[in-house]
Amino acid sequence: MKHKRVSYSKWGYIFILPFFVSFFIFSFIPLADTIRYSFYEYYRSGIKEVGPNFVGMENYSSLLASDMLKYAANTFILWIIGFIPQIVIALVLAAWFVDARLKIRGQQFFKVVIYLPNLIMASAFAMLFFTLFSTNGPINGILTSIGITKEPIDFMGSVFGTRSLVGLMNFLMWFGNTTIMLMAAIMGISPDIFEASEIDGCNSIQRFFKITLPLIRPILAYTLVNSIIGGLQMFDVPQILTNGQGSPDRTSMTLIMFLNSHLKSKNYGMAGALSVYLFIVSGILCFFVYRMTNNDDPDGSKAAARKAKRAKRRG
Amino acid sequence: MKKKYISMALMTALAVGTLAGCGSTSSDGNNASSKQQADSGSNTEEGKVINVYSWNDEFMKRVCAVYPEVKKTSKDGTVTTLKDGTEIHWIINPNQDGVYQQKLDEALLNQADAAADDKVDIFLTETDYVNKYTDADADVAMPLKDLGIDPDADLADQYDFTKVTASDVNGVQRGSTWQCCPGLLVYRRDIAKEVFGTDDPVKVGEKVKDWDTLKQTAEELKAKGYFTFSSYADTFRLYGNSISEPWVKPGETVIKVDQKIMDWISTSKEWLDAAYFDKTVKGQWNDDWNKAMGSKSKVFAFLFPAWGIDFTLKPNWDGGDGVWAVTNPPQEYNWGGSYVHACTGTDNPTLVKDIILSVTGNKDNLLKISKNYLDYTNTKSGMAEAAKDSKTYASKFLGGQNSFEYFAPVAEKIVIAPLSAYDQGCVELIQNAFSDYFQGNVDFDKAKANFETAIIERYPEITEIQWP
Repeated sequence: MKHKRVSYSKWGYIFILPFFVSFFIFSFIPLADTIRYSFYEYYRSGIKEVGPNFVGMENYSSLLASDMLKYAANTFILWIIGFIPQIVIALVLAAWFVDARLKIRGQQFFKVVIYLPNLIMASAFAMLFFTLFSTNGPINGILTSIGITKEPIDFMGSVFGTRSLVGLMNFLMWFGNTTIMLMAAIMGISPDIFEASEIDGCNSIQRFFKITLPLIRPILAYTLVNSIIGGLQMFDVPQILTNGQGSPDRTSMTLIMFLNSHLKSKNYGMAGALSVYLFIVSGILCFFVYRMTNNDDPDGSKAAARKAKRAKRRG
Repeated sequence: MKKKYISMALMTALAVGTLAGCGSTSSDGNNASSKQQADSGSNTEEGKVINVYSWNDEFMKRVCAVYPEVKKTSKDGTVTTLKDGTEIHWIINPNQDGVYQQKLDEALLNQADAAADDKVDIFLTETDYVNKYTDADADVAMPLKDLGIDPDADLADQYDFTKVTASDVNGVQRGSTWQCCPGLLVYRRDIAKEVFGTDDPVKVGEKVKDWDTLKQTAEELKAKGYFTFSSYADTFRLYGNSISEPWVKPGETVIKVDQKIMDWISTSKEWLDAAYFDKTVKGQWNDDWNKAMGSKSKVFAFLFPAWGIDFTLKPNWDGGDGVWAVTNPPQEYNWGGSYVHACTGTDNPTLVKDIILSVTGNKDNLLKISKNYLDYTNTKSGMAEAAKDSKTYASKFLGGQNSFEYFAPVAEKIVIAPLSAYDQGCVELIQNAFSDYFQGNVDFDKAKANFETAIIERYPEITEIQWP
């Protein structure tokens, strides 16, 4: 009887130990180091190391004085250009794919196809677009030969062209992923509600805006915040497309590209400070995701009930 | 139950695989070390492995071609065995994006702690960043004198400017090169015939002899629908390598932009607006630039040193031989050059000295390199002979023209620009920043500001940028 209550919990800890050990060594220590070095002057000049010398908040203030906020704005613009078409197309596709009455054939095939661009490495994708849209590239060749333009268009030479290309690539790479996520969300809605609405004479547009959208709002918000965090880290596509310069006139320079140009001189101090800024912003965003995914009141009914109660008490 | 057996079988297979892997490598290691022990009896106490850091196989090919001690090179080109059993290990990392320098810097920082056979023995640098490594304080490249080479006697036949380039601030030579890179103007004979009525190098040379004449010629070419050069980056080296003061003076943290660079900026803008350049080509080393060297291109000429003709122009040209020819450039210039350095802490000083002398200081070997690889090699007397010997040194690609005849006078007149450790970043970033200005995306002052931003990002210690 004594040995009846064997504790298995230690096995649980042993099994999760490898993760925590590797997390500690490969993520936590570098993270702590990054924060520590952000208070130091520490870089390499030629092959001579300078520092580390403690400089307090100097790195942080000089970053604020630099063009960091401009690059943050660039990052935001590049992200939003890709995100708006992405969420619109994904919503429409998801609604169509799950709609039982449309009975789209070859659904599985399309799902795979729209997801495919996500499997290509972002840098390879950017490389491909760079070649396709170069001034002497095939797109210009086609445009001139069918007579749309006489002179080749300098896509990567204009702010609008470069930003659109980056947006287009991000859209192509991510809309499949979002579609699949939203489909899962829509399928989670009880069919009873759709049926009931139909009986009440609801048309498909009303159904989409009045039922589907409100009910997938938490997932939609999750997608949004996740995409912002992803967008904050945008790097490979604009880096490869503009050869690391964010040309023209640094208008497609993102925050991580800015970080990368500090790492060319092994400037751990500055790069660390920039990383800490990014860490804080991502941290705030993550907090919102956490709040949303752990929402115990997704449709707002509890809040409404509370409000009603309060109104009643007052009344 | 079945699942359990399968997983157990898999686990066993995995474990066996891992153990087997360990076993074979360790036995391999034993073999190697025992072989080394056996070999070491026959030689002095110097190391058995020479590690060479480089960014391509250029140096390897030249060593294999002329160094008499070479026995054989492995098929993948990573190991060359010498007659006494010493192995040369070629450690090659691409130059793109600074990968080579990153790897080399890591190795140099670990040099003191590395095991004897892992130490860097020889490394190569390019003119753009040679100064970073010949720095007297950093002391990573051994002074040639310490190695037992007397530059004044052993390397007397080398061009002086190559010696200056490889020296530190105190004038101590810390490297040596087999090549010398005077540049020429390489032009298309068919275009010359159509526009000027002649493709004779001497007559074409007259038309491009200086910048003012070249501008008039450019107008002629434009009238017939041709571009003089492909892009503004093509002419950069002519201006950038003739600056009178270094970008950054030793011991200072101020970048001084030379008047020559400003001249390049104003001329480039003027020429691009006048359509003497092909405006679809932006800079060098990209696809558009490569296409400009093809037979469909409207570009009349390129400015290239010997390696550019052999290594860049030839592979991009899709027509037959004999269409291109060389003539004098509008201004003497030097572009590139690979320097060989003995690394401080090497465990093979005797062989390293031997290799450096053999590949960079032996006239017969250098002439052999010139013959086989068309390099303009670092021997004054040898190149004078080559210039006269059109039979041996005629180039098939240039339609039987002896390019050395044109290289030699340029090489004599080269005055190398004073170097600094910041050259690579300055050269790269000023071209990037003003690219936007040339294309009309930003105004002149914005381009200046962009250069300042970029250069301080690259070199945080820079405190000020002065414009003329």
